[in-house]
Amino acid sequence: MTRLTVNGKRLELDADPSMPLLWVLREELRLTGTRFGCGMSLCGACTIHLDGEAVRSCVTPLSAAEGRHVTTIEGLSPGVSSAVQRAWIAEEVPQCGYCQSGQIMCAAVLLREKPQPSDADIDDAMSGNLCRCGTYQRIRKAIHRAAKDIAGEKA
Amino acid sequence: MTLLRPRSAAEALKLYAQSPGALPLAGGTDFMVAWNAGLANDRVVLDLAGLEAWRRIAATKTTITIGALATHADIQRHTAVRRHLPLLVEACAMVGGLQIQNRGTLGGNIANASPAGDTFPPLAVYDAEVELASARGRRRVPFGSVFAGVKKTVLEPGELIAAIHVPVPRRPTRALWRKVGTRAAQAISKTMAAGLLWLARDGTIAELRFALGSMAPTVRRLASVEAHVKGRRPDRELAREAAALVARDVAPIDDIRSTAEYRLAVSQNLLASFLTRET
Repeated sequence: MTRLTVNGKRLELDADPSMPLLWVLREELRLTGTRFGCGMSLCGACTIHLDGEAVRSCVTPLSAAEGRHVTTIEGLSPGVSSAVQRAWIAEEVPQCGYCQSGQIMCAAVLLREKPQPSDADIDDAMSGNLCRCGTYQRIRKAIHRAAKDIAGEKA
Repeated sequence: MTLLRPRSAAEALKLYAQSPGALPLAGGTDFMVAWNAGLANDRVVLDLAGLEAWRRIAATKTTITIGALATHADIQRHTAVRRHLPLLVEACAMVGGLQIQNRGTLGGNIANASPAGDTFPPLAVYDAEVELASARGRRRVPFGSVFAGVKKTVLEPGELIAAIHVPVPRRPTRALWRKVGTRAAQAISKTMAAGLLWLARDGTIAELRFALGSMAPTVRRLASVEAHVKGRRPDRELAREAAALVARDVAPIDDIRSTAEYRLAVSQNLLASFLTRET
């Protein structure tokens, strides 16, 4: 049995503890917002938060989440996620959309750690998330927009 | 696959002594790729996730001790590491992306023994020592001696990397970390260089430590170069002589990422410009 919290819900799972969290989330818990991209820790599409830090769920075993908090795209905190999501919609960021939940999970961590990120901060933090449609310029714009939005909400 | 899940270091070492064929699992950033490819099905795996104590970083006036399970992100955040071991911090910041830095551990990186391990040239110039633990006891190995070849270490069956000890260096006159890859982010290195230089009052070289990665089966300190430059002025002539000696200490190869010729030329240029302060 592995005990963990997923999107605020305490769970006890009887799954293989070596199974990547990606498959636990998608197959066992039916949280399919987290995407399988490459399964080789290269693309970032499967990015989730483990105790608030961005990790790739395809290479994070269930055992690593024992006693910890897992957050997926479905469970992002309302304040940050609505600002990020509004910015994503306003900038029309996605093209095919496949990588975008991973992009948003990474952007949310960046905005928490650096509320007013520079272009260089964004490039640095987002370098682990690939987008085959090449939406990088719009991702950058959307993160700046979300940063402004969050700052405005606080003021 | 059988997953052994010890709750403490003592339990882990006992289990490993009983199953020396088990594969230790730290951050899993490499191993889980094999899991996804179905290559881990028959393995017995020793999961180190329960060993929180081995994740700690501790600093005294003379030594910084980095637990083997400290992540690349933990290392970048630690105040004493940032102050005294900036080359290691820079190297950790260039390993994969943010997500990998949050999971990948320093001990796992060393145990994996890739010739392209980004943290290795800094640890080599900082004269780090690796503490190995087994049910029989503990021993320390100088960082340069922990690797036995490509993907090979001197760890014995039942032995785990417990910690990395780094003596706090006196402040160098100048320092260098350079990673040369195909692109700035997420690239595996073609060549890497780490350097520390101390000048004497008269402007001559008191000490040079220079290490190259991806230039031989294991990380290499340039012993011939370091000895040659001692007591000399770091001018262009010395830089030329030092560059000519690089090939004595390394053995670069042609592979999918680069060629031996390119690797050697870039390494020589990095050394020469470091000595003449042109970087």
